[in-house]
Amino acid sequence: MSLPLVVLLPFLGAIAAPLFAQGGRTAIAIASSVPALIALAALFPHWAVLSAGDTVLHTYEWLPALGLSFSFRLDGLALLFALLILVIGLLVIIYSHYYLKAKENVAKFYSLLLCFKGSMLGIVLSGNLLLMLIFWELTSLTSFLLISFWTHKQDARRGARMALAITGGGGLALLAGILLIGNIVGSFELDDVLAASEQIKAHTLYPVALTLVLLGAFTKSAQFPFHFWLPHAMQAPTPISAYLHSATMVKAGIFLMARLYPALAGTEQWFYMVSFTGMATLLLGAYIAMFKHDLKGLLAYSTVSHLGLITLLLGMGTQLAAVAAIFHVINHATFKASLFMAAGIIDHETGTRDMRRINGLWRYMPHTATLAMVAASSMAGVPLLNGFLSKEMFFAESLQLNLPGLWAWVPPIIATLAGIFSVAYSARFVHDVFFNGKPVDLPIFPPHEPPRYMKFPVEILVFACIMVGVFPAVSVGPLLFSAASATLGGDVPDYQLAILHGFNLPLLMSFLAFFGGLLMYTQRRRFFDFHAQLREVDGKAVFEFAVSEIEKLAHRFTEWLENGSLQRYATLLVVSVIAVAAMPLAENGFHIGENGLSPVDWPTGIAAGVLVVSALATAFWHRERFYALVLLSVVGLVVALTFARFSAPDLAMTQLSVEVVTIVLLMLALYYMPSWTPMESSQGRRIRDALIALAAGTGMTLITLAMLTQPFSSISEFFLENSKPGGGGTNVVNVILVDFRGFDTLGEITVLAIAALGIYAMLKNTALTPPPGDGLGHPWTRDHYPLMLRQIARPMLPLALMVSVYIFLRGHNLPGGGFIAGLITSVALILQYIASGMIWTQDRIPFRYHNVIGLGLLFATIAGAGSLAFGYPFLTTTFGYITWPVVGKFEVASALVFDLGVYLAVIGATLLALVSIGRLSPHSAIKSKKESA
Amino acid sequence: MELLFALVIGALTASGVYLLLRARTFPVIMGLTLLSYGVNLFLFATGRLATGQQPVIGTAASYSDPLPQALVLTAIVIGFAMTAFLVVLSLRNLADNDNDHVDGQRRKTPPSKQEKEATGK
Repeated sequence: MSLPLVVLLPFLGAIAAPLFAQGGRTAIAIASSVPALIALAALFPHWAVLSAGDTVLHTYEWLPALGLSFSFRLDGLALLFALLILVIGLLVIIYSHYYLKAKENVAKFYSLLLCFKGSMLGIVLSGNLLLMLIFWELTSLTSFLLISFWTHKQDARRGARMALAITGGGGLALLAGILLIGNIVGSFELDDVLAASEQIKAHTLYPVALTLVLLGAFTKSAQFPFHFWLPHAMQAPTPISAYLHSATMVKAGIFLMARLYPALAGTEQWFYMVSFTGMATLLLGAYIAMFKHDLKGLLAYSTVSHLGLITLLLGMGTQLAAVAAIFHVINHATFKASLFMAAGIIDHETGTRDMRRINGLWRYMPHTATLAMVAASSMAGVPLLNGFLSKEMFFAESLQLNLPGLWAWVPPIIATLAGIFSVAYSARFVHDVFFNGKPVDLPIFPPHEPPRYMKFPVEILVFACIMVGVFPAVSVGPLLFSAASATLGGDVPDYQLAILHGFNLPLLMSFLAFFGGLLMYTQRRRFFDFHAQLREVDGKAVFEFAVSEIEKLAHRFTEWLENGSLQRYATLLVVSVIAVAAMPLAENGFHIGENGLSPVDWPTGIAAGVLVVSALATAFWHRERFYALVLLSVVGLVVALTFARFSAPDLAMTQLSVEVVTIVLLMLALYYMPSWTPMESSQGRRIRDALIALAAGTGMTLITLAMLTQPFSSISEFFLENSKPGGGGTNVVNVILVDFRGFDTLGEITVLAIAALGIYAMLKNTALTPPPGDGLGHPWTRDHYPLMLRQIARPMLPLALMVSVYIFLRGHNLPGGGFIAGLITSVALILQYIASGMIWTQDRIPFRYHNVIGLGLLFATIAGAGSLAFGYPFLTTTFGYITWPVVGKFEVASALVFDLGVYLAVIGATLLALVSIGRLSPHSAIKSKKESA
Repeated sequence: MELLFALVIGALTASGVYLLLRARTFPVIMGLTLLSYGVNLFLFATGRLATGQQPVIGTAASYSDPLPQALVLTAIVIGFAMTAFLVVLSLRNLADNDNDHVDGQRRKTPPSKQEKEATGK
């Protein structure tokens, strides 16, 4: 359990830490440190296992079908990185406590920092490549949030966006690469992948997979030509820079290369791609660092350069070079973290990071200056410090490359040149900041030493630099050995961790670099002048330009496609549907099925003619809305007749009652709306629309015809056979609704309820004034509630209710049921509203329709849940027979309760919708009256 | 009979689509109503056309397919709910934007003379 715990703890901490924000800054800093302390304690017991060269593996299944598992694996390499992440993470938390100003959002800061830490730990401890990728993407996301922590700064937002775009894009490439590798190996488990080295390298897709994986690593580790995001990520608060750019974020790419070293390295492709990229990055970073006036800018490019150095070492492919690479990872993390922290202190105490203004700080902060000078010396590769040791190994390895002829001279020359630059910029960091005259125009003057414990993390790191530099074998020997062993797959070459290996060529190169660098620094004016002549290619500008061009393009495309006109969307939608439906038709041609056509009888033919003519006439005369509505109602009635004609009495009754409600609804709407549609579309447009409509109609005709003439088989045999014995009803349609497919029906009445409530909500605070006449110049009748209608409607109500009860009760065995009965009741009530008005009717209705809907849903649900009490699944029905006096034998089914729910929901929903519309008008004083009551 | 039924569905679809593409809300609602008639008839027809075979046990020698009927029955009711919702949406549009154009924007040009008469303003 301990390995997943190590990864999980920071995430838990990220949730918990903000809770301590109330307790003050100290409380939250302590709370944020706890996960790292526990994680360190959890890792400690594994140390012995790892020293023996073994690995610890904890695997839990997640998605075995995809090859994804919660697999956590600890070996020497993972341990080394985990320790760097945890220890430097702890130091950063201490440092941040003093760095952050009182007004900053510390809860957000620590929470994000912990999330990031957890993601990093996830990368290094994952034993499954897909799982690792998930954490890889998480670091991209969390670092985006960290870099843009000061969201009010535009540069911070832009820098963060660029980092996300570059590393996220690399993550995509990495995903593709990992999928390829997983496909080649047949597993995403790290152990399997590392064991399948030969198989991978022999595969034809190896170059592709390698390139994709390296793209991921290079973008993350800011290798040329993707290096430009890193300096712009310096907009982050300095503790974040210290963490992201020393031990973590950028080291993730290095870690990936080291992790997959046994599986992918050792080929020519690896050698050329990795070592040349590393070389270019090394030189470029070191060169540009020299000319940066910003303290953090100098450190950023120096980081780029050192990452290039490590990449170059990994690319060389020799075992000793790999050891040197791992060693330099440790050393760079320690001295670079301390340098960033020192830069942060200087920024904190002087208010600027411009080296042209910060001078002579030795006098004001000697303690900080000493620490920074030691760390900078380590960066420059001064003997007795850790940077010297790994750089010496690097020089030695650069001489070992077996390149043909004069090419063999290139690596050592480049190495020495980079060494010279690195000494020069380190010298600048020391001399320009702490000496070189007096401070110029500092925002905070005089600067002084920071709070005592702000320097504490720097001291620890500088102490580590010296310890490793003086006693390398004792201090990091075992850790380096197990990490190198894991990187090389157990095959560690003989190497000596000593301060001096005698007077040899590498030492000479070190001397050259050291004195060359100092010389260069003293002559810096000339170099600055030379550099000023060069036209700098700003990666950021190129990136921003590309982004803005893509944005413009996308904008233009969106404008073209989505211009805000619903009319246009509807056209596009219909046309696409026609196109999609036409494709198979064009491919296979049209065939009338083998069943052929049956003869037409006269009455059906006439009804169909009426329907077609009314439908077309509705479209034709649509601008005169009232007439169109009358024609529409004719269509609806004939549709109801059609259902009756073709053996569907339930549908006929439903359609008939719905038709009445719909027409009332539309009439009501027409009362508020203009009764004319103005002529807006041009003739061309109308012809176009008519053609689209014709295509759609023809298509539907052909599809229907083809379908109707095909022989078919249905699953309905089951329903017909079981309706009576299983559901206790002979009306199969109703039994399907309330029994076989009861759950569907429950869903449907819920939709109905939601629609009605939506209508109510949408009209809650809306008022519409209806026009004074019908639009044809006729005023409304002054007789608001016609006498005759009123007199007929009132006695009709009990009769209609009785009919609906009858229809409801017989529904299980004969056409009828809850839906139809509900609609009949609604129509009867609506008639009262029409005949006698809102106020009169509402006063006589003792309930709110909301409650009726709720009650309906409740009944339906209870009827369904009732079966649970008897151990049957939801909505199982039962039935029995009772004998009533007079009526005789009567069947009672539990489905009747369900149908009662349907009945009530339909009434409630229908009336709530219509009444909501009816009361829109200011004439219905009911509104204010009811609401105030 | 099959051809006739197919023509009916075709006519309903064509009229529905034409109205769907109009610029004012009321014709669009009418178009959707016509379209849903067509769709309901089509779904119903998937059970084939049967005469005098209503699926009520004991009333006929053979029965038509009850499943599409059950589906269409709920479709009719849900279709009504949708129509009601659309009507209300268009009324709200009318109240908020002072016109019944489907694009839902406030009028930029003054209303035409004919419309002034029609709305009585």
